[in-house]
Amino acid sequence: MLSSSIGYYGLILGLICSLLLTFFNLQNFRAQKILNTRILSLTFLQFLFVKISFVSLIISFVLSDFSNETVFNNSHSTKPIFYKIAGVWGNHEGSLLLWLLVLTLFTLIFLLKTKNQPLQYRILTITFQQIIIIGFFVFVIKTSNPFNYIFPIPDEGLGLNPILQDPLLAIHPPVLYLGYVGSSIIFSSALAATTLGLISKSWAIHIKKWVLASWIFLTIGILLGSIWAYYELGWGGFWFWDPVENVSLMPWLVLTTLLHCILVLQKRLILTSWVIILSISTFTLSMCGTFLVRSGILNSIHTFANDPERGLFILIFLFILIFFSIIIFFFFNKRNENNNVNFFWLSKETAILINNWFMMYFLSVVLIGTVYPIFLDVLTTNKISVGPPFYHKLIIPFLIPFLIMMGIGSRLKWIKSNLEDKAQLILALIISILIAILIVKNLDVKFLINITLISSAFYLFLITSRDFFIKKEKNNSQKIAHFGFSLLILSILVNNLFSTEIITNLKVGQQFENSNSKILFKNIIQKDEKNYKSIIGNFIIENNNGKIEEFFPELRIYNQPKIVTSEADIKTTFTTDRFMTINVVQNQEYFNIRYQSKPFMIWIWLSVILISCGGILSFLNKEYEK
Amino acid sequence: MYGRKVKLRLAFILLVLTALILTIFLILKSLEENVVYFQSPSEISELTELDGKKIRVGGMVKKDSISLTSDQLKFIISDFKNEIIVTYSGVVPNLFEEEKGVVAEGYLKDRNVLSATKILAKHDENYMPPEVKEALEEK
Repeated sequence: MLSSSIGYYGLILGLICSLLLTFFNLQNFRAQKILNTRILSLTFLQFLFVKISFVSLIISFVLSDFSNETVFNNSHSTKPIFYKIAGVWGNHEGSLLLWLLVLTLFTLIFLLKTKNQPLQYRILTITFQQIIIIGFFVFVIKTSNPFNYIFPIPDEGLGLNPILQDPLLAIHPPVLYLGYVGSSIIFSSALAATTLGLISKSWAIHIKKWVLASWIFLTIGILLGSIWAYYELGWGGFWFWDPVENVSLMPWLVLTTLLHCILVLQKRLILTSWVIILSISTFTLSMCGTFLVRSGILNSIHTFANDPERGLFILIFLFILIFFSIIIFFFFNKRNENNNVNFFWLSKETAILINNWFMMYFLSVVLIGTVYPIFLDVLTTNKISVGPPFYHKLIIPFLIPFLIMMGIGSRLKWIKSNLEDKAQLILALIISILIAILIVKNLDVKFLINITLISSAFYLFLITSRDFFIKKEKNNSQKIAHFGFSLLILSILVNNLFSTEIITNLKVGQQFENSNSKILFKNIIQKDEKNYKSIIGNFIIENNNGKIEEFFPELRIYNQPKIVTSEADIKTTFTTDRFMTINVVQNQEYFNIRYQSKPFMIWIWLSVILISCGGILSFLNKEYEK
Repeated sequence: MYGRKVKLRLAFILLVLTALILTIFLILKSLEENVVYFQSPSEISELTELDGKKIRVGGMVKKDSISLTSDQLKFIISDFKNEIIVTYSGVVPNLFEEEKGVVAEGYLKDRNVLSATKILAKHDENYMPPEVKEALEEK
């Protein structure tokens, strides 16, 4: 009871701070003296208020205070304490409060970390940031207040969806939000720098840290979500082109492009318009993501309560932001004097620019695939869904030149370059084509597309591995990240080509046999746990090389809320994952069984970790700070 | 007449425009080929001709209609007006139950039988695919 009131007033006070801050900012901006200390203290105070509000929500959850509507809807007194806390951001209201918390925290960090930047720029960025914060405050307080009372007080809560009760999913949203919200700083800062005509090399160096930070968080956030989907949803894949996944992929694509553009800006002071547009779109897409996921428009597992008012609010807010930033862009973005610097066709910046276009193409494919069904539904009430074939067909062919360009690009120099080691590059190409032919030769797949795809992936792999031995270039972060990317593409390809799957229905005691493996369904074990009933199948699988292994896939029937989840039994080795799930069908003797062998699964996760390591290394690199 | 620079710029703009138009064309064409339309059993019963396209059918799983053999699952989807028989061999989702909402994706064999390639069930007790909800509300 008490904590709910404290939390609510924390929000109100935070909003008041925002309004005061905007006022002082404008005053200080005109006065142009040193930074008003009140701005710093108010920013700090604002963060403190939101933090108090967030902590009181956590307390309400831990104490299972069911007079709070959010707690009642999403918690249960028998839930382990870890998931009580994780449940705070496992729902719409709480997750928005987390957004707000991260938003105010980042604003504070920005203010503290930019002491060397021009005063006007700092103030303007904070002002833009406050506009976003005010929008979110009003949104939270008006449409999704986490501190609503219910009366009479219920005895027990409704519980959190058990598939969300998972350690990975507990940290997935906060990490993803750090990435999303980090892009708000990029957005505000780019707009402020454009307004003041400050887009320069030093600005590029300063904002690069923020781009890197949000990029790292976003990458890890997506990775966590993907691993979770792999073992918890029981589909045995890592990416399903589900709208919710797409919505997190889109800001990632833009952010990756932005990261490379910032490098070009830093070295050559060109592509300024690109950088501004990308900075604006990153945050807009993050907002779009929040809008699509939270408004309940998307038909997906993440869909919470369907509330048109919320969707409408974010949509209006989003349009205002886009409109506002476009105006700033067109009025203030002066064309640079040295805009006519010659672009030599063979240079690092050309390679980056070409791949930027490819990235934008990938982005538009994902965007259209995600948004088109929604538009069609609104306009014609036709219901459609866009599946993986659409994305595969449009993205995979263009991945080939993209990978080759990535390989060659790292060998090129800035401004003007000639390919010095042509022989080496051609040799690498020949080797990779030979390897690809060797791999594909005995498989029953489409020959041409697979050969070109695998050879271009191998090409990038060979070149990036070779790069580690070139002492001249010291850019280790780039080497690691690009190597990781080539490894990722290779693992995905191998995983796709060599995965095998058995789906069958068996009764207890029966055996399934094909040319590769024998599956024996030995028995069923039933257990009663604290908040669920568990059914565990015991299977013995014999591979054709005589290797015998036991599998124990599990079904959990939760009592509150009543839900069945599959717990896959996954045996992971460095070369292969073997993955087994069972399912029971009402009133039937047969069990539905799925056994998959997925080679190089773990390499997909490892390579993404490697990619983020590249980012982290670059973030820690002091060289650029000079 | 025009300088080399202008010509070059013109060529560049033309190139970008062609690329843009090609891309949009490609995306739209691929979209048309790969989208899956959602239909209710009643809508299917009114179809005049069957094409070979993949569709989604949604509704309730009819009571006592599920049967599972070693290689096939068979059940009936109903929207309380019309019914369609679904045959399927593959992974059955959690929460696939009689008198609960379901969406089956696959190809129509004739007006009464759908050979499914994928089955989606709702993810929790309170959740139902919006398509199914609407189809049921129309009854």
